[in-house]
Amino acid sequence: MTTAAPTSAPRPARRFAVVVIGASAGGIEALGTVLPMLPKHYTLPVVVVLHLPADEPSLLAEVFSYKVGLATKEADEKERLQPGVIYFAPPSYHLLLEADGTFALSTEEPVHFSRPSIDVLFGSAADAYGERAVGVLLTGASQDGARGLLAIREAGGQTLAQDPAEAMISIMPAAAVELGAARAVLPLKDIGRFLAGLEKEA
Amino acid sequence: MSLYPENFQIEIRLLIEAIYLKYNHDFRNYSPASLRRRVAYALQQFGCQTVSALQEKVLHDPDAFMRLLQILTIPVSEMFRDPTYFLALRQHVVPMLRTYPSLKVWIAGCSTGEEVYSMAILLHEEGLLERTILYATDINPQSLEKAERGIYSADSVRKFTQNYQKAGGKRAFSDYYTAAYNSAIMDKSLRQNVTFADHSLATDSVFSETHFVSCRNVLIYFDRALQDRAFGLFHESLCRRGFLGLGAKETVQFSAYAELFEPVVREDRIFRKK
Ligand SMILES: C[S@@+](CC[C@H](N)C(=O)[O-])C[C@H]1O[C@@H](n2cnc3c(N)ncnc32)[C@H](O)[C@@H]1O
Repeated sequence: MTTAAPTSAPRPARRFAVVVIGASAGGIEALGTVLPMLPKHYTLPVVVVLHLPADEPSLLAEVFSYKVGLATKEADEKERLQPGVIYFAPPSYHLLLEADGTFALSTEEPVHFSRPSIDVLFGSAADAYGERAVGVLLTGASQDGARGLLAIREAGGQTLAQDPAEAMISIMPAAAVELGAARAVLPLKDIGRFLAGLEKEA
Repeated sequence: MSLYPENFQIEIRLLIEAIYLKYNHDFRNYSPASLRRRVAYALQQFGCQTVSALQEKVLHDPDAFMRLLQILTIPVSEMFRDPTYFLALRQHVVPMLRTYPSLKVWIAGCSTGEEVYSMAILLHEEGLLERTILYATDINPQSLEKAERGIYSADSVRKFTQNYQKAGGKRAFSDYYTAAYNSAIMDKSLRQNVTFADHSLATDSVFSETHFVSCRNVLIYFDRALQDRAFGLFHESLCRRGFLGLGAKETVQFSAYAELFEPVVREDRIFRKK
């Protein structure tokens, strides 16, 4: 009996470093399907922009903490992204990722009537993380997110859109498909499975 | 392939350096992600292919620089933004301010003036405006001019009115402006005791002792070193037990000055000098 010779090649660096998710109308339900599929001890940080009526104090982090096995919190400026934490953009601020692995906030004008805007988050993820970013665009009635998803794709990152046929509101993922921003168009369950599977890619 | 043109990073540094050398505006310690977005947007607005081309324009044309400054400074504001902040000021800060015979309040990074008028209205309703001097400072001269004019679009007034009510307003917001030509002209008695001034938290020093500093949604654009510089100015300017109010997502807690301030209303980011 022989055992396989240990490979001397160094372990390749983990391909992905961050998952960014955008959702609008119907997003709470969609996230409620995808996020609980992520395994405990997930090793990527997950950053979510969900459009909500402005001015409501955001309870997202709390709402999802009961449904998800991972830690959830609202992102703070200059906070360092940690693996296995799900971050939500604070209401009335754009959330951006810096190349040094921290968050930045901005109060610049809304984009597609939204602040936080998915395009702003995704654009900064494409810029800061390039091919190490995974972008996911879910249900919504907005134009926000499609261009940002395209930016991630063009930077070499992985991009997924929810199957518009399945989405509660198809406009947002359909816009991404139309733009050619999504490498894969999948139902929610498969998106969850894909994200969970990134875990093994070490 | 990258989101931004080749050499973007290098050229932004050169642009920022050029602006500093030529116009003495110091953006060297601003958060990169936001700066990159603004410069990318400026490229579109100016029709420039590269940041170097933009740099050449602004170096040789002060008007072009002024246009760029509008993009870089993010002059976005509203009255009584985060109403609970102003409510907390009424409840927890005003009672202390009352004990002083005269008051100095510094609104740092006042942008187009919305925060200044909000503060003036609040102080007026609490009977303190008469004995207060307000310093309203910013690095953007066009924003300061707009602040001094005090004219806002009628569109924005509905939001301002809602915020005013949630902020514990005691009258009708319409008592404080005259409606004209799709705009609201703020009552000029509100700015009677306001001094508008060009002042940079990045390059200037303290100009007066104050009892209360309100600096909101400015520090989020600074790196930690520059945030510390700004906190240093506030600390130096504030009298003993003076108050510091910050934006909803800002805190002194992680700064070099953490130990020198204590929270008064943590959720509303109101601190007090120890
Ligand atoms: C987003 S606005 C905030 C306006 C207002 N305080 C509010 O919260 O609504 C940011 C302001 O900070 C100003 N600013 C940027 N850098 C500055 C500096 N170094 N010193 C003083 N003000 C600065 C900008 O010109 C801009 O008007």
